[in-house]
Amino acid sequence: MTAVLGPSIFGLDPLYIGGVGLAEVLITLLKVGVAFAFLLVAVMLMIWFERKLISDMQNRIGPNLAGPFGIFQTMADGIKLFFKEDLIPEQSDRLVFKLAPYLSLVPAFLVFAVVPLGGDFNGGDGRISLFGHETFLQVSDPPVGILLVLAMSSVAVYGVMLAGWSSGSKYPLLASVRASAQMVSYEAALGLSLAAVLLKSGSLSTNQIVSEQSMWNWNLWVTWVVPMVVFLIAATAELNRPPFDLVEAEQELVGGFHTEYSSIRFALFFLAEFMNTITMSAIIVTLFLGGPNGPDFTTVGWLSGLLWFFIKLFLFLFTFVWLRATLPRFRYDQLMDLGWKLLIPLSLGWLLVLASYDVAGDRGWNRGAAVIVMLAIMAALGGMLALALRAARQRRELDPQGGFA
Amino acid sequence: MGYLQGFAVTLRKLLKGTETGRVVTTQYPDEKRPKPERFHGRHVLNRYEDGMEKCIGCELCAGVCPARCIYVRGADNPPDEPVSPGERFGYVYEINYLRCIHCDLCVEACPTEAITESKLFEFSFTNRADAIYTKDELVVDDDGRPQQLPWEHWEPGDDEHTSAWVRATSPSGVAAYEGKVAWSGELGYGIRSPERGQAAEDEASDADDAGDHDHHDHGGHH
Repeated sequence: MTAVLGPSIFGLDPLYIGGVGLAEVLITLLKVGVAFAFLLVAVMLMIWFERKLISDMQNRIGPNLAGPFGIFQTMADGIKLFFKEDLIPEQSDRLVFKLAPYLSLVPAFLVFAVVPLGGDFNGGDGRISLFGHETFLQVSDPPVGILLVLAMSSVAVYGVMLAGWSSGSKYPLLASVRASAQMVSYEAALGLSLAAVLLKSGSLSTNQIVSEQSMWNWNLWVTWVVPMVVFLIAATAELNRPPFDLVEAEQELVGGFHTEYSSIRFALFFLAEFMNTITMSAIIVTLFLGGPNGPDFTTVGWLSGLLWFFIKLFLFLFTFVWLRATLPRFRYDQLMDLGWKLLIPLSLGWLLVLASYDVAGDRGWNRGAAVIVMLAIMAALGGMLALALRAARQRRELDPQGGFA
Repeated sequence: MGYLQGFAVTLRKLLKGTETGRVVTTQYPDEKRPKPERFHGRHVLNRYEDGMEKCIGCELCAGVCPARCIYVRGADNPPDEPVSPGERFGYVYEINYLRCIHCDLCVEACPTEAITESKLFEFSFTNRADAIYTKDELVVDDDGRPQQLPWEHWEPGDDEHTSAWVRATSPSGVAAYEGKVAWSGELGYGIRSPERGQAAEDEASDADDAGDHDHHDHGGHH
């Protein structure tokens, strides 16, 4: 960072270099407004898209009555929910019960603020010109961008957890216990796979991360694929989407954490859930697929980046729906096994392999040999872990009571 | 990689559909599937051929009802103008359709075949009081057909054979009575002939498709 661009509470946006006047405030407000409106419309379309796509995968029709191809079904549902009676259970903790939906919703909005939506990254650093002012096509570019994403996804856990706890009812309580365990476990895998990206790009700023990936230098292959796979799985668990939707497992917990919610508060939870799907897809695109990077195929410089971003975003939205249509729900112990015994060791090991590659390059060692040695060490450690787990399982089978008989 | 085959299945369905066709959805209000012969719908209270009510107010239906949706009070028949041929008649007969689960146990409990079910299920109410059908609404018309009330949507055929269960295989559930008529006549219909029984069904299917033992058509036809 140069002195001119020195980190500030306004982030690294070139908009604020010459001081903040009325024009800068208005441009910022415009960006906030557009991002807000975009998210709301995107959620509406996403819910419709998910219902339509999953219907096609299950030989059904899906919504087809409200508007052409049922595209206004979400709007109709939303309006219905607005006018429904709002019930607050007598046993509930009223303040927390009312607060919880917003704890889910607000982080979902905030995460999207750090996602670069467009801009010219083919050689440039993503600046565009807006009303004669240079700026990034993202609401804000704080120096701690990725940490903000992690922090917000942690805060969102509170939304789910407090909703279940404050309902004063047993099923939501069970769901909130599951939610806190699941989301906290998978946050570790999420953070560790993310560390691989940070190792390669050397910055927490989302704009910097995208700039590092310009000209096909995408983190997907720079980090050798595995971190993205881990991140995708951990993100699915973090979003509570199938096959990791134990938090709202209908067959076991009625509606899960939102069983006691109705009317607009219920709508807020759903809004947050689908918004999180969209923002998490956007984060994956930003981290691993180079955000708005891609060959310029339009005459307008900034349009190409936007189009590339949405094409990649759509790819992941499709993937999330596809996962839901295909995979059955995990059992709770399987969920914990996958998180703690596979994803966390794998992403941690992979981080070390990537680090050894870099260190070998710095020291002038043979990089290929360093990676092979590291992979061998990882394989040995993984084998030991597998052996230990098998021994533990055998001991459990011999003595199911665990000595507490 | 067994895990990945599932993704191929969903993708294939998305792109091509399956042998069962592109969609299996019935567009309900626009297209309606035919109802089975003994569909459990809204109840009717039957009458004898001479117009007398079959119900004798014994309250067995109310006793057997698992949802407790039936309320019956019997009374002595007025000697000069009897409602039913017996000693007593159903003075009050109410069914609460917010509670009824259409299990048909009342129909099986009834000793006089007074209560049976039509195939009507498309009816709705705007308040709780309307959901309680009284005798005025349940008793069949003078031609032996169920009353078609303004808030009910009757499809053709819903009001026919409302007592189809009676002619199911055999009276009293005793196999030896198969094919025998042991039930009373009905207003508008008289005494109905029995259905083709199970033995006849088995014989027919054995003769028709000797090689295919898995297939048995149990649907009754008249």
